[in-house]
Amino acid sequence: QQTTNTVEEPLDLIRLSLDERIYVKMRNDRELRGRLHAYDQHLNMILGDVEETVTTIEIDEETYEEIYKSTKRNIPMLFVRGDGVVLVAPPLRNRYYTRNLAMGTM
Amino acid sequence: MVGTVTSQGGALGSAGDSDGWVEELFYSFFKSLVGKDVVVELKNDLSICGTLHSVDQYLNIKLTDISVTDPEKYPHMLSVKNCFIRGSVVRYVQLPADEVDTQLLQDAARKEALQQKQ
Repeated sequence: QQTTNTVEEPLDLIRLSLDERIYVKMRNDRELRGRLHAYDQHLNMILGDVEETVTTIEIDEETYEEIYKSTKRNIPMLFVRGDGVVLVAPPLRNRYYTRNLAMGTM
Repeated sequence: MVGTVTSQGGALGSAGDSDGWVEELFYSFFKSLVGKDVVVELKNDLSICGTLHSVDQYLNIKLTDISVTDPEKYPHMLSVKNCFIRGSVVRYVQLPADEVDTQLLQDAARKEALQQKQ
């Protein structure tokens, strides 16, 4: 029985994040940030201490400008069905910092 | 090897194959929550609060004594006491945090992940 602890496939990367905070991008402009307690090959997950962000765009009737609005809510413990999951990552650090680091301007 | 499956305080993985672990972590997890109150949020944005009556391998859910949580701007189900929810239409299930053994879950997820690689 194989009991390798090496990281070989993408799901292994998620295994490294157990008991860590993660960022989850979902369908329908939703994002979750929470502590990963469990997951499976479908990307069903259990997250603890979750903050959900739902982003919507409102169009101003007169100016036609796009207004981005986000709604947040907190949920202590959440099961997430995998078919809604798009991306799983460590939590985004300070975006200004990481973006400039990537561009080489810092 | 004839294994005696000893579950150490956990209800996870008791739907057994020979080594006691099935690739159905969340099925076992939900079975351990039968009788608890949960809120199921559907993909059509309807949120239903109720007592978890049963679950199956597809994570289809039966709830009893239901009520619509979010302000009842969504379909009023005033006369509906029990319901069956197809697993595929579920977006989230909000769980009581103190009914969840996070340590057990993490260990089970690690095991399940390693099992899946074979």
